[in-house]
Amino acid sequence: VTDLSEYRQQEESIDFSAREQTVAHPETGYEQELLTINFGPHHPATHGVLRLLVHLEGEVVRDLKPVIGYLHTGIEKTAEDKSYWKVIPVVERMDYLAYYFNAQAFCGAVETLVEVEVPKRAQYLRVIHLELNRIMSHLVWLGTSALDLGAISMFWYGFRERETILDLFEMSSGQRMHTRYFQVGGVIEDIPAGFEARVRAFCKEMPDRVEQYKALLAKNEIVLNRLRNVCPLSQEELLALGVTGPLLRAAGHPWDLRKAIPYSNYEDFDFKVPVGTVGDNYDRFFVRLAEINESVKIIEQALDGLPEGPFITEDRKVALPPRYELATSMEALIHHFKLVTEGFRVPPGEVYYAIESPRGELGCFVRSDGSSKPARVHVRDPSFVHMQAVAPMVKDAYIADLIATLACLDPIIGGVDR
Amino acid sequence: VPDATGLELLAQELREAQPDSVHDTEFFRGKAALHIEPAAIRATLEFLRDKGFAFLVSVHGLDYYPREPRLGVQYELLNMEAADRIAVKLRVATDDPRVESVTPRWPAADHQEREVYDMFGVIFEGHPDLRRILMPEDYEGFPQRRDFPTGGEPVLFTKDEADGRDYTA
Repeated sequence: VTDLSEYRQQEESIDFSAREQTVAHPETGYEQELLTINFGPHHPATHGVLRLLVHLEGEVVRDLKPVIGYLHTGIEKTAEDKSYWKVIPVVERMDYLAYYFNAQAFCGAVETLVEVEVPKRAQYLRVIHLELNRIMSHLVWLGTSALDLGAISMFWYGFRERETILDLFEMSSGQRMHTRYFQVGGVIEDIPAGFEARVRAFCKEMPDRVEQYKALLAKNEIVLNRLRNVCPLSQEELLALGVTGPLLRAAGHPWDLRKAIPYSNYEDFDFKVPVGTVGDNYDRFFVRLAEINESVKIIEQALDGLPEGPFITEDRKVALPPRYELATSMEALIHHFKLVTEGFRVPPGEVYYAIESPRGELGCFVRSDGSSKPARVHVRDPSFVHMQAVAPMVKDAYIADLIATLACLDPIIGGVDR
Repeated sequence: VPDATGLELLAQELREAQPDSVHDTEFFRGKAALHIEPAAIRATLEFLRDKGFAFLVSVHGLDYYPREPRLGVQYELLNMEAADRIAVKLRVATDDPRVESVTPRWPAADHQEREVYDMFGVIFEGHPDLRRILMPEDYEGFPQRRDFPTGGEPVLFTKDEADGRDYTA
């Protein structure tokens, strides 16, 4: 017993008697036992390896503790070992449904440190891809949430449109997921010929598709019964718990970083911020559906106003020289060699850069010590913070509503565990 | 944005309310930050909450190895009315890394303080449930510290188990 670690000794000494108490029903007087069960880590409704320790009284959730970390891969530690531009593909893999957002948060932080100016065309191309990514993320959420409520067909429709977006990503960057398209100072490549026409075709089609989703779900009695007035949480409580994004907007607070603290030229675009009224699952559901339409509007405006010019900064100390220059310019070859071997050095300092991801405020904190590798990369992932809100939301609700609420919370475990 | 002068005024007011609380101010890339005494963290956040910085966005840890005091904890605050941000930074030494927890007043800090504890070993006093959050509960060491090697994870291979060997580092 003596060679047990400190933690094991603690564990041995835990007193379980408090959990075995019986609770008498206030009216009937029947004694009911509190039942503690593991919900997950391998459960189809947890959207990943999330484990919830749920205390049930009959079918009613009395308390809940999220147990996370099953998908922890130490990305923040890995990032400290790589030069800045090689960090982009690792941070992209945190929230695996919002890879453009992860890359934007990291690149934005580094750009602030280096004080490099991103050309306007690059900003617009970023906006187009960010908003396509937002629609894609919401479609996956819509499909899987409907699946959790028992509607299988919605899943296929959602993934059909998602496939179109992934094809677009493949067209512009060569990859469907984790595209590494955003670079420090701009984007890696200009969009290919024909890309614009295909994005426009998609934008034309998407609002009709949203109408079709609504025809399937918005007046469906099962959906309404499962979502309306289920697990609401007030604005004040959400703000205290650090909740942002669609969850906060569903409760009526019109906070959107794209409007409030614009980045990447979002101030150029005309779009609305959909808000809900009471903050129940119904509002959470339809705020996201409305956001898809707003994203389509932003993409169309960005295509209309797409300026000519460079797609990445001309600063050769930060961005790779174009391929054709390597054969003719010694200077370009040296810059290329320096960037690929050592990477660029970043002035010392600490920067926090936040953007509006499909789930809320996605912030990236980067500390530089003056070398070519970051001394600390930390991502404030919205899903991680939102896990705190699950217990207050589902307290005294049925366990079936826990499934619906978890679906409407839209946690991405890759982002939670990093 | 609290510009450079606005930040100085804020720091001055805080100094008057809480003597010896502010070590330094920092205005870097258009963003304000207060460097404060660890003991004054709750009072500082309370003071900034009255100034409108009511939303605690993020708590993150840092390791300034080899500089002393090594560990840093930073609080990102947001003023939603003024669309404005400020950071509060503090430093603690590794031999006694204790900071008062702000979770009782800012529930948003709950998971994030646990993460800083998990990764850096900063002990948040008064936190209702300070356990490891991302690493396994019986894990030893604080992996985000700068002197913790990448790949320093002990692994047990079944082939070694047969030989009677234990975890290999």
